[in-house]
Amino acid sequence: MSKIVINTTINEETREFLADERDSLLDALRERIDLMGSKEGCNNGNCGACSVILDGRLVNSCLVMAAEVDGAEVTTVEGLASTEELHPLQQTFLEDAALQCGICTPGFLVASKALLDQNTNPSEEEIRWWLAGNLCRCTGYDKIIRAVQHAAERINSGT
Amino acid sequence: MQAVTYQRAFTVSEAIDLLREGGETARVLAGGTDLIVQARERKRNVNRFIDIKHIPEVMGVSYSASEGLNIGAATPLYQVYADNDVKTHYPAIVEAASVIGGTAIQGRASLGGNLCNSSPAGDSLTADMVLGAVAHIAGPNGERDVAVTEFFTGPGANVLDLGEFVVNIHFPAPAAGSGAAWQRFIPRNEMDIAVVNCGSYLVLSGDIVTDARIALGAVAATPIMVPVAAEALIGKPLTDETIAAAAAASSETATPIDDMRGSIRQRKHLCGVLTERTLRIAAELARA
Repeated sequence: MSKIVINTTINEETREFLADERDSLLDALRERIDLMGSKEGCNNGNCGACSVILDGRLVNSCLVMAAEVDGAEVTTVEGLASTEELHPLQQTFLEDAALQCGICTPGFLVASKALLDQNTNPSEEEIRWWLAGNLCRCTGYDKIIRAVQHAAERINSGT
Repeated sequence: MQAVTYQRAFTVSEAIDLLREGGETARVLAGGTDLIVQARERKRNVNRFIDIKHIPEVMGVSYSASEGLNIGAATPLYQVYADNDVKTHYPAIVEAASVIGGTAIQGRASLGGNLCNSSPAGDSLTADMVLGAVAHIAGPNGERDVAVTEFFTGPGANVLDLGEFVVNIHFPAPAAGSGAAWQRFIPRNEMDIAVVNCGSYLVLSGDIVTDARIALGAVAATPIMVPVAAEALIGKPLTDETIAAAAAASSETATPIDDMRGSIRQRKHLCGVLTERTLRIAAELARA
C-alpha cells in the first residue's frame, strides 16, 4: 500500500507526514503523528469523541479522510492549552467536575471551543443543541453544560 | 477500510474523467458522513474517493428573485441553514437541514449527499420535493436535470447512471402567496433518524388553496409525494375540514413498515399529525 504525503497545519504548527490513503483523519492523528488526544468511540459519527476543528468548523475526525486535510488547518484538543496554562474550558471542566471516565472529554472540549469561538455568550439551550453530537455516559451532561457556561463567563471577563 | 485511492477534482469535467477511470467502485466524496461509514463497514464497495469539494460549482449558495436558489451539492449544511436568503425565502430547507445529525455532522454533510444517499428517511428530501427542487446532474453523456420527485428508485437507489454525479440542486423562486414547512417526529430532541418526516407546500389566493404539495418520508421504499392529500385542498378554502381531509389522505397513502423506530400504526398516525401541523405553518407563511 502506497503512502501519501500530507502537508497541513495542526495546532498552528505546519506538519508534513506520511499516511496510508485509507487513513481517516483520526487514524492519522493518532497513529502517524502521535496526537492521542482525539479518541475513537464509535468510528461512525455518533459519539463525538474524535471531534476536531477543521478550517474553523467542528467535524468528526473519523468521518474525514486524512488526505482531505492536505492544505487545511486542524485544531485538536492538544492545541487548547498554552505552554503556561490550561484553556479556560479545561480549567472549568476540572473545577466543575465535568468529567468522570474522561474518554468523551477531549471531544467535548474541542466542540465547546468551537462554540465559544463563534458565540461568546451561548444560552444553556444553545450549548445543549451544539453538544448534542457528543455523548457522555458518566456525567449526565449538567456539569458539562455548567463548565461551558463558566468558561464563557471567564473568557468574557478576561480572568 | 479496504484499500482506497483518494483523488481531488477541481472542475466538473475532471470529476467526470476520474469517475470514468474509476468505474463502478469509484464514488464522489462530498461530506463523507454517510459514504465513509459505508466504505469502512463494507456496506459499499469503494476503491476510489473522488473529492468534489474543490469544484466551485458544487460549493456555495446563490439566490435571485428571478432565478430562484442554487445550492451546490456538496455545500455543508451549516452554510445552507445560515444563509440569509435561504432563511428568508426557504424556511422549510432550514427546518430540515438544521436537524440532520449534530453540529459536527452539519459541518460536513450536504444536501447533495443526503439526496444521493437516497435513504427513504433522508430529512432534506421531503423538503426538496415540496419546494419543486431539481437536481442538476453531470456525467459522461452530458448534463441533465431530474426533479427530486423523480430521483429515487428504491431504498438507497436513484436514477444516477454510472459516472454521473449531482452538481447542484435548484429551487424555483417562491410563488406569490406560497408557504412551505417541514417537520419530523423522533422520540428525542435531536440526533436521530426520522420515524416520519413531512413537507407541505401551499399557495393561497385569499382563503382558497390554488396549489398544494405534500411529501412524506420514512413511510415507503422512497420518500413519496401524496397527490391525493394535495387534491383534498386544491380549489377549496383552507379550513379545519379540508386540512383534516388532507391529513387523512396522508395516513391512508403511507405504506410504512414496522421496525425499531416505529410501528405501522404509529407511523400512519404521525403522517396525519405532521401533515396537519406543516400545513398550518405553511398557511401562516403563505399569508405573511
